[in-house]
Amino acid sequence: MLRQIEGSRAVAETVALCRPEVVCAYPISPQTHIIEALGELVKTGELTPCEFINVESEFAAMSVAIGASAAGARAFTATASQGLLFMMEAVYNASGLGFPIVMTLANRAVGAPINIWNDHSDAMAARDAGWVQLFAETVQEAADLHIQAFRLAEEVSVPVMVCMDGFILTHATERVDLPTQEQVDAFLPPYVPRQVLDPADPYSIGSMVGPEAFEEVRYLAHARQLTALGRIGELGAEFAEAFGRDSGGLVHPYRSADADVVVVAMGSVLGTIKDVIDTQRAAGHRIGALGITSFRPFPIDAVRNALKGARRVVVVEKAISVGFGGVLSTDVAMTLSGLPVPVATVVAGLGGRTITKTSLGDVFEAALGDQLAPLTFLDLNRGLVERELERMALHRRSGPTAENMLRDLGVTGSRIG
Amino acid sequence: MAVRFYQVGSFAVGNRLANRSDRTVQSDAERANSLTSGHRACQGCGEALGARYALDAAMRATGGQMVAVNATGCLEVFSTPYPETSWQLAWFHSLFGNAPAVATGVAAALRVKGRGDTRVIGQAGDGGTVDIGFGCLSGMFERNDDVLFICYDNEAYMNTGVQRSGATPPAARTATTEAVGANPGNPFGQGKNMPELAMAHGIPYVATATVADLHDLEDKVTRAMEFRGARYIHILVTCPLGWGSAPSDTVRVARLATQTGLFPVFEAEHGEVVRSSPIRRPAPVEDYLRLQTRYAHLFDGQGNPARPDVIAHLQAMADRNIAKYGLIEEEVSSS
Amino acid sequence: MRFHGRGGQGAVTAADLLALAAFEEGRYAQSFPSFGSERMGAPVVAYCRLGEREIRTREPVVAPDCLIVIDPTLVHQVDLFAGLGPDGYVLVNSTRTLHELGLGSLADRFRPERLLTVPATEVAQRQIGRPLPNAALLGSFAALTAQVTIEAVSSAIRERFNRNPSVAERNVAAAAELFQQARQLMTANGRAVLSAPPD
Repeated sequence: MLRQIEGSRAVAETVALCRPEVVCAYPISPQTHIIEALGELVKTGELTPCEFINVESEFAAMSVAIGASAAGARAFTATASQGLLFMMEAVYNASGLGFPIVMTLANRAVGAPINIWNDHSDAMAARDAGWVQLFAETVQEAADLHIQAFRLAEEVSVPVMVCMDGFILTHATERVDLPTQEQVDAFLPPYVPRQVLDPADPYSIGSMVGPEAFEEVRYLAHARQLTALGRIGELGAEFAEAFGRDSGGLVHPYRSADADVVVVAMGSVLGTIKDVIDTQRAAGHRIGALGITSFRPFPIDAVRNALKGARRVVVVEKAISVGFGGVLSTDVAMTLSGLPVPVATVVAGLGGRTITKTSLGDVFEAALGDQLAPLTFLDLNRGLVERELERMALHRRSGPTAENMLRDLGVTGSRIG
Repeated sequence: MAVRFYQVGSFAVGNRLANRSDRTVQSDAERANSLTSGHRACQGCGEALGARYALDAAMRATGGQMVAVNATGCLEVFSTPYPETSWQLAWFHSLFGNAPAVATGVAAALRVKGRGDTRVIGQAGDGGTVDIGFGCLSGMFERNDDVLFICYDNEAYMNTGVQRSGATPPAARTATTEAVGANPGNPFGQGKNMPELAMAHGIPYVATATVADLHDLEDKVTRAMEFRGARYIHILVTCPLGWGSAPSDTVRVARLATQTGLFPVFEAEHGEVVRSSPIRRPAPVEDYLRLQTRYAHLFDGQGNPARPDVIAHLQAMADRNIAKYGLIEEEVSSS
Repeated sequence: MRFHGRGGQGAVTAADLLALAAFEEGRYAQSFPSFGSERMGAPVVAYCRLGEREIRTREPVVAPDCLIVIDPTLVHQVDLFAGLGPDGYVLVNSTRTLHELGLGSLADRFRPERLLTVPATEVAQRQIGRPLPNAALLGSFAALTAQVTIEAVSSAIRERFNRNPSVAERNVAAAAELFQQARQLMTANGRAVLSAPPD
């Protein structure tokens, strides 16, 4: 059914249709509307049977989900940024033990400095934890990915996080087609656990594993993700068949088949990118985009195939590996190793910095004209940076960097973008 | 006429002479043996004893319909040495600090699946209860989740080499509170009274117990299983390695902890003490301290007090407990 | 569209309601706030895009077709008019005229018949009992721009406040009143809009 609703609400209602049995919640901007809506749905009885538990921290949230999953229940939680980091020990525990928990990650920058706005640094902090990480481009896709996530998680025995850009997608209203309960039930059967705490058939879960077998256990975790890699594409196709739309899958190419320059990105920025691509195509440029939906497992073959014909690749990403460069772009570059396709990194949107069509257009044009540097920080305020560096050079006690810069910037509430 | 049998020294007495219904679960050949033999605990480990006592009593009380969630620590490590496990019940280990939260999750799952008759026990050492697990434990208490949480308190992080925890008593030597300097051992004025903290949450049932009194411990676990909601049992378990006591003294040392008043034994419901176990043979704290090398710095080579000030301070703590919990019945004055 | 208000005045809701109204007329719509912590009184900007096709871009509205100013005290504090095109609409919630607000020069930059002030807060106070002008303003938006019908606005209000039908109806009444008032103001001479205070 078509609805004009807020992203968080769309996700909550879709998750509810997936019949989670235990939902544990700790609030953090910008995920609050998701858990609030789920709490309401449980209280009114619309989502039943379901235990909604208000926990005392994100570490508790993931731990409660682990316990629930270990006892055979379909478990869901949501978090962002600092919350993801606070639960990180449990995040590794969940994937290490193979529990099919699904979590919404409302992508938000990780501090310090504290910042509540969107970027992908939180997801990147968990990229080696053994969770499947899927990135939604639109609110519609964010909702749809959760249905696929539960199915994938339970089939393969791996937890899945659905990443949706905080505020940009969580707090935006958009036209969404929400499925019916019947449609979801047909796609997502009840959870049948591989391992479960049951007095009738008792065993121990969570023992220590020494050097004799640890490598093999980790290898199997890796193998599970590779199995997921195969299934993600298939599930996307099955979803399209059942629900009539293209959501999920490994990658989404856009006008990239004959492109000289291909722009690679994840999440909501792809929408803005596509508008710029259309404008530049109309002006005669051969430019296209590749949206990556499955970040972990990384679809090496699909990405390589999509990009091998390009003259140049530009990765626009909302994260930075401090002291090195891009994160996604490093994965893309590795994927293209051996091919004569240079990869340029454009770090954009950190901490919610606006990404405009104008700025993207300039960058793409530079790429088309072979003028783009290997690493660009989009719309970087060089003056601000230089002033702080000067301060630091002049005085030992130069003060906190962030506060100094904010003072330089003056009143920020008056700016639009 | 009711006949009561008491355990004295380190030998249990009376089970064969008692009615079947008065006998301990441990004396029953049909007990669950939840923690069966073959684990790697130290000789004389109080925690292995306490865990076996508690879980077998719980298994009896629940007809075997229960699940145990265990925090990282000595118990978890010595009971599941790869590739073996000595647990004969459904058992789950997640992390160090999250046993109460995991137990909450297990209980929620059982409830939502209509299997609320299956009970949940969470268990941890003092570190996993009082320190790193405290946030999650408080959350579980506050929500009144249907979990019995058991703390096996050996008063330090034993598994990692005897480091101080929030449950380490004053003056005790640990690897991070060495017996050196003007104030040797753990400082006074620190530490958490976990049973009182549990009571402050107003949960249905809180009890303390030790491995010295098997009947008492089993009764408390059984009683706890009669309640629904959050329950807490704090069991003092002697650690021969960390306390520096003889393995054969495990029960004796635990009993002295209660008889000196240093470890008060009581039950509370919804935040109010409802019962306490009277001290039958009061003992001065020295009797307890002398048996443990973690207090050796308080005595000289001949066993005389080298730090009478510290010992007096400990005695004062014990006396306060005795007064507070009414552990010694006032003698009727004769004459 | 770009909505300017202060926290607590319902700028975000206004953008959402407008999107909902357009959706109910079969169009694509996107609304989102310029996100910030939940704080009363701080300047808030919310955006809304309407279109015949799926709206893909996520950038803030840099070149609005219409500016809706819910709190006139923002007028000289924030660069509200940045990016507004020469054919743009301006709708200001105020009992005063644009001239009295010190915005008389707008008539030179923009088309005077597309600039309007309406006393939405007062109407809301009277109709709803609270000074929440957001829904009411949409009524005058409908009149001013004809981007949505008043029927669609009313339907969106009812849908949004479906848990509280009496509140919904009062907001619908406020929107309807402002729809009428805006129309009256607009049928007057274009220049008169700037100088004549509303009755």
